[in-house]
Amino acid sequence: MPRKNDHTNRTCDDTNCKCEADEMQLRREFLQRIATVSFGAMTLTLFPALASHGGGEVVSKAGLAGGTPTTGNGPPIYGYLVDTERCIGTGKCLTACRVENEVPEGNYRTWVERYIHFKDGEVRVDLVPESGYSASDLPSVDPESVERAYFVPKTCNHCDDAPCNQVCPVHASFTSPEGFELIDYERCIGCAYCVQACPYGVRFINSETGTADKCTWCYHRVMRDEQPACVEACPVGARLFGRVDDPESEISKRIAEIPTQVLKEHLGTHPKTRYVGLSEEVT
Amino acid sequence: MSESSFVFPNDPHVACSIMIVLYPYITGLVAGAFVVSALYHVFHQEVLKPVASLALVTALCFCAFATLPLLFHLHHPERAFNIMFTPNATSAMSGFGFIYNFYMLLLVVEVWLVFRPTIVERANSYEGFPGFIYRVLSLGVREISDGARALDQWLIRALAIIGIPAACVLHGYVGFLFGAVKANPWWSTALMPVVFLVSAIVSGIAALILFYLFLCWQRREQPDANCVRALSRYLWGSLIVAVTLEMLELVHLAYESGAEWHILSTLLTKHLVVSYGVVQVLIGSVCPFFLLMIATRPKLPPRLMTLLSGLAGALVLVQVFAMRWNVVVGGQLFSKSFRGFVEYPLPWGGREGLITAAVILVLPLVALSLVSKILPLWHTTDA
Repeated sequence: MPRKNDHTNRTCDDTNCKCEADEMQLRREFLQRIATVSFGAMTLTLFPALASHGGGEVVSKAGLAGGTPTTGNGPPIYGYLVDTERCIGTGKCLTACRVENEVPEGNYRTWVERYIHFKDGEVRVDLVPESGYSASDLPSVDPESVERAYFVPKTCNHCDDAPCNQVCPVHASFTSPEGFELIDYERCIGCAYCVQACPYGVRFINSETGTADKCTWCYHRVMRDEQPACVEACPVGARLFGRVDDPESEISKRIAEIPTQVLKEHLGTHPKTRYVGLSEEVT
Repeated sequence: MSESSFVFPNDPHVACSIMIVLYPYITGLVAGAFVVSALYHVFHQEVLKPVASLALVTALCFCAFATLPLLFHLHHPERAFNIMFTPNATSAMSGFGFIYNFYMLLLVVEVWLVFRPTIVERANSYEGFPGFIYRVLSLGVREISDGARALDQWLIRALAIIGIPAACVLHGYVGFLFGAVKANPWWSTALMPVVFLVSAIVSGIAALILFYLFLCWQRREQPDANCVRALSRYLWGSLIVAVTLEMLELVHLAYESGAEWHILSTLLTKHLVVSYGVVQVLIGSVCPFFLLMIATRPKLPPRLMTLLSGLAGALVLVQVFAMRWNVVVGGQLFSKSFRGFVEYPLPWGGREGLITAAVILVLPLVALSLVSKILPLWHTTDA
């Protein structure tokens, strides 16, 4: 069964097979809905606190379906594509994210790694400074000594099988109907177990709120039909965000046209953030 | 190919501090002490009678404070009960509240049943405030006929039988919390729950040897040599199993030499040299192994035997703490970039500082001391 995030670049040639798969999918979705409604009714009766689920900061900024067009029966499904071949390390995305989401200094919802492969075999990795290279104290690099170099922007991968979501003991980490991995900041106890469970280091304990925090793909903006702040700020289109359930969307077309990869694939988290031109050195 | 150091920007902070070292340490002592009491109550190891009550009360006193380091660790302790109000069925950690409360209740009931004859006897004979305390503790049940005691004994045994798997779950589950984190190659191993469980038994026995010897010294009584020798034998055996499992885990990682072995080997050889190599292995495992080997010799003079056992017990407690430290803190000393390391400067003060940790560790001992003023830990009518 194809996963949501990569169904766009997989097709089934056998029509019968596809029909059966579609039918099974519909049946499965129907059963899932019944189960969800039944379980929801039961849990809301048993645990009134669950009724406030989604009452956190992020969700309260915008309704779950507000302003978002939907196709078919389900909510829209989104994806995020990072093109490492386009990124030139301006750092504009970093500032945009920090301002948009009021991320405290010392915490990072997104960052950009610079990989430099020197001719002598050394691989140097450092962070693209938010204030630009001229104001940073990074050591200068002799272009003659460099074999190749590239930038790798990082954000939350919004994994389909998110370990952070799995381990959260109080259900503060949850998946929105659109597939965003979000945090209910009013329920989070700040145990940091999710920080440990995330293989990508994208979660942190917010130094101001004391709760777990991470990139939301600017859920509040997306629900207003806007792009995530980092995507909007990128001057070269290295970050692309959009609906992956719409074959006509730019991101779907790109994913269908060129090979993409995900980070730490062997862990089976099935990230929804995909990469173009990801080198094997990147962790 | 050489690689420069690189740490993910959110990784410089060790998110799980010494408080998360204390948590498995304390629950380990609980589980271990309970197992010793069960050896007497369930498996009729009569030689352990002098420490049977002490073991049970030790388990209760440490269990009473097991949640304290977690509360100090939480950034929002006022929301702690969310773990029971809105538990996440897919989270191993969400089971904590239920497992802990079940076990705590079991311990309270069993301790009450074990000490009931003493409580009733004193409730009937003591006057004034002490008498009032015992009358409250008796919960209005003054019946201590042979039939009532037989029922008590049956219940004590039943609770002890239930308590053994409960203790294993309580602590095996703690190991599972770490073992199930696939993001961390230092933690992610199926052996982790077993390693935690066996070392918990080790720490419980070691603590009981020390507490028993201390109580005897305080009361100017000669410790029961057979009891101490038996405890030392159990300690020796369980220590061998625990250390074997710990080494097996390490050898397995090294032999497999998976993708992350380069960072783990650097962790061991550069960042955990003292806490792992010196403290956990040399001082905490090798030394007690030889001390206990000598202490368990049948013809050794009792005074020397108790001395060696006490010394081994103290070293083993250090070993288990170091093991917890090396797992919890060690697993956070490398970045998930697997390209760099971070420091953990343990602060003296503050919510998660050394002084707070020391106070938390002392509190169960204070509780034990207070309980010993009310209940006779060194012997009871039936225990």
